[in-house]
Amino acid sequence: MTTAISISGLVKRFGSTTALGGLDMVVETGEVHGFLGPNGAGKTTAIRILLGLIKADEGEAVLLGGDPWSDATELHSRLAYVPGDVALWPNLTGGEVIDLLGRLRGGIDPARKKTLLEQFDLDPTKKGRTYSKGNRQKVALVAALASDVELLILDEPTAGLDPLMEAQFRRSIEEYRQGGRTVLLASHILGEVERLCDTVSIIRDGVIVESGSLVDLRHLTRTSISAEVEGDAASLAQVEGVHELALNGTRVEFEVEGDRMDAAVRHLASLGVRDLISHPPTLEDLFMRHYQAES
Amino acid sequence: MSTLTGTTQLLKLMVRLDRIRLSVWILLLGLVPVAVASSFLALYDTEAARRELAATVASSPGLVALLGPIHGTSVGALTTWRIGTVGAVLVALMAVFTVIRHTRLEEETGRRELVGSTVLGRHAPLLASSFLVVASGVLIGALLTLGLLALGEDAKGAVAFGLGWTSVALAFAAVGALAAQLTESSGGARGLAGGVVGVLFALRMAGDGGEGMGIGWLSWLSPIGWVTKLEPFGDERWRVLLLFAGLTIVVWSAAFAISARRDVGAGLFPARGGPADAAPSLSSAGGLAWRLQKGPLVGWMVSVGLFATVWGGLGDTISQIFEDNPQLAAIFEVFGGEGALADMFFGVAMGLVALIVTAYAINTALTLRAEEDGLRAEPVLATPTSRLGWAGGHLLFVALGPVVIMAVAGAVAGFTYGLIAGNVLSQITSLVGIALLQVPAIWVGGGVAVALYGIVPRLATLSWGALVTFLLLGQLGQILQLPQWSLNLSPFTHVPLPPEPVSAVPLVILTLIASGLFGAGLFGLQRRDMR
Repeated sequence: MTTAISISGLVKRFGSTTALGGLDMVVETGEVHGFLGPNGAGKTTAIRILLGLIKADEGEAVLLGGDPWSDATELHSRLAYVPGDVALWPNLTGGEVIDLLGRLRGGIDPARKKTLLEQFDLDPTKKGRTYSKGNRQKVALVAALASDVELLILDEPTAGLDPLMEAQFRRSIEEYRQGGRTVLLASHILGEVERLCDTVSIIRDGVIVESGSLVDLRHLTRTSISAEVEGDAASLAQVEGVHELALNGTRVEFEVEGDRMDAAVRHLASLGVRDLISHPPTLEDLFMRHYQAES
Repeated sequence: MSTLTGTTQLLKLMVRLDRIRLSVWILLLGLVPVAVASSFLALYDTEAARRELAATVASSPGLVALLGPIHGTSVGALTTWRIGTVGAVLVALMAVFTVIRHTRLEEETGRRELVGSTVLGRHAPLLASSFLVVASGVLIGALLTLGLLALGEDAKGAVAFGLGWTSVALAFAAVGALAAQLTESSGGARGLAGGVVGVLFALRMAGDGGEGMGIGWLSWLSPIGWVTKLEPFGDERWRVLLLFAGLTIVVWSAAFAISARRDVGAGLFPARGGPADAAPSLSSAGGLAWRLQKGPLVGWMVSVGLFATVWGGLGDTISQIFEDNPQLAAIFEVFGGEGALADMFFGVAMGLVALIVTAYAINTALTLRAEEDGLRAEPVLATPTSRLGWAGGHLLFVALGPVVIMAVAGAVAGFTYGLIAGNVLSQITSLVGIALLQVPAIWVGGGVAVALYGIVPRLATLSWGALVTFLLLGQLGQILQLPQWSLNLSPFTHVPLPPEPVSAVPLVILTLIASGLFGAGLFGLQRRDMR
């Protein structure tokens, strides 16, 4: 089996609001898949359907080859989940929660727990009510990473972490995926997704607006180029696929569509290039292209 | 910035948040005495009839213990006796819960920080919530005073009755404020304050009931007792109001002093650390339920056991009184019982305990909702734990908790009564039996909560409404001469009370209804969306 998650035409309504309006998404086994979108776009709703906590109104979702609603209990022994908003029992210590969740998933490796506690610099003897938001998130992360499962579902897992811990989180995810395991990472932090994920789905208003590998997606967008040239660069405007052309003395700045790069660079070369800087499109560009269209 | 900055704005917010909840409390507590008085007017319309009732009550330590002494023969005096102390307990609970909800719960959930980051003095929540409660107390007092005046009762007595309940609201707003400073969790604060109310009621019971045994001074230790010491429609001892004022000032000062010193979010009793690894018992959803529920269960067993000690000690006095006073039976019918002697007294008392234990059953069932709404169900349900497995552990407490608590109540009351009467074993057996007769009715109350939670979780708190309905039907149904069909709505109406012969039929039917409600709740839970 090579598909960990496959969703097609998923619809979920809450009263008169439509949270998901026909969501399609595929996550292949062994990849780290970024699930990008701002708050309220439907990321958490989709995840809750995958976890069998809520039932889809229409459409189909297949999780690890099973039905997330009717096979929930069996499927859950093969996955771990870190919610975006981690709530702990006020009277249980962090260590107790980690053990409990691990045992509910079928056992926990004490050595692995110890390593993770050290890596994430977490004190397991504090009571749930005394942890900060970041530390509550660490409890859930350690509990999830300590268990030996095929699929990790993370809903904005670094929202409360400081930069040092974010770096530790990235190392842990890199380590985790070595075993060919799958990660679904919902986030609105573009840098995080860009550094960790192979493939990305961008959700807006309950539908996926863009999906594919980061490499593929970059082709769909424009590269920014900044150059010093000897000749008059105004002629660049004639080249197909060149946008936002700006001339400032001998410096020229423009954006070029991915598949028009060759023509633009040839034309530039003919002008006599003294200096050239090229920025590949960032995920942020991809993201903003979809979200700015609205406003 | 003063420590009280923002109090007015905060008060407006609290009024907005509580507009329905407090309106219900105020109307209910303000109008119930008026309803009781008007039915006494109809039931005991001659001075002679009222004098006879008052004489009977005065000669019965059991009745005095349950409800307090009677200070006159007017309808107002009868009303004060019948509803004065029980109502004062409700006013006290309203006061402590309201203050805790607006102070400690807000801190615990972090909403306090959100509001506190705006311009807000550190004492503002405490002052605003206390003011809210006192204002509610004033409204309750005014409503019942005006109502009693409208019925033509004595003005001095009506004002004294109203001021008594208003003072209870004042004093217990302070108690709630102090409890909210001591613990870090709102549940802990509610438990602490509720326990204080319970102990103070028990002190009053022991004092009023044990007047003849020389322990009458105990009721002077309890603000609930002061409500009767005020003697509305009797001598009106206005100086008792100074006791309320003094207590309020002392407790309030303590609360403000702690609030001035502690950090936001912290309590006086600091949270301790705990084990880094879970015990082997914490390995399943059932183990988690056990861990979360055993503390409250033990707490309930202890408090109900304490109550039962007091009741058990009264049994002997009761049976003597009954022997030469058959007229008491007529009054006891008002509580929903019939027949005579100590068994009957215990039957009625166990009926009251059962209503309290129903609160345990409902509260325990609603922890499921608290776990779900608090997002603590989600991580468990994302493991290979079915919804049934997750809920089952808690539901076991809803089902078996009442059995254990009622058995403790019966055993303790039987033990104390048996010590006096000289037949410990047989009294324990008999009273445990009487106590357990109530269990199927408690299950129905708990079942209402389970069914509502499973099917329409939004409305789950309505199960408290069911409990209040059962309580009012049982306590006031006969006085208000409600039709039998409406009394039959309460499961407790159907519990056989000794010496009435015990028939299994109603018990089996109640158990079946409760099973149906549990089943419906679990059926709904497995099919609906989790929050």
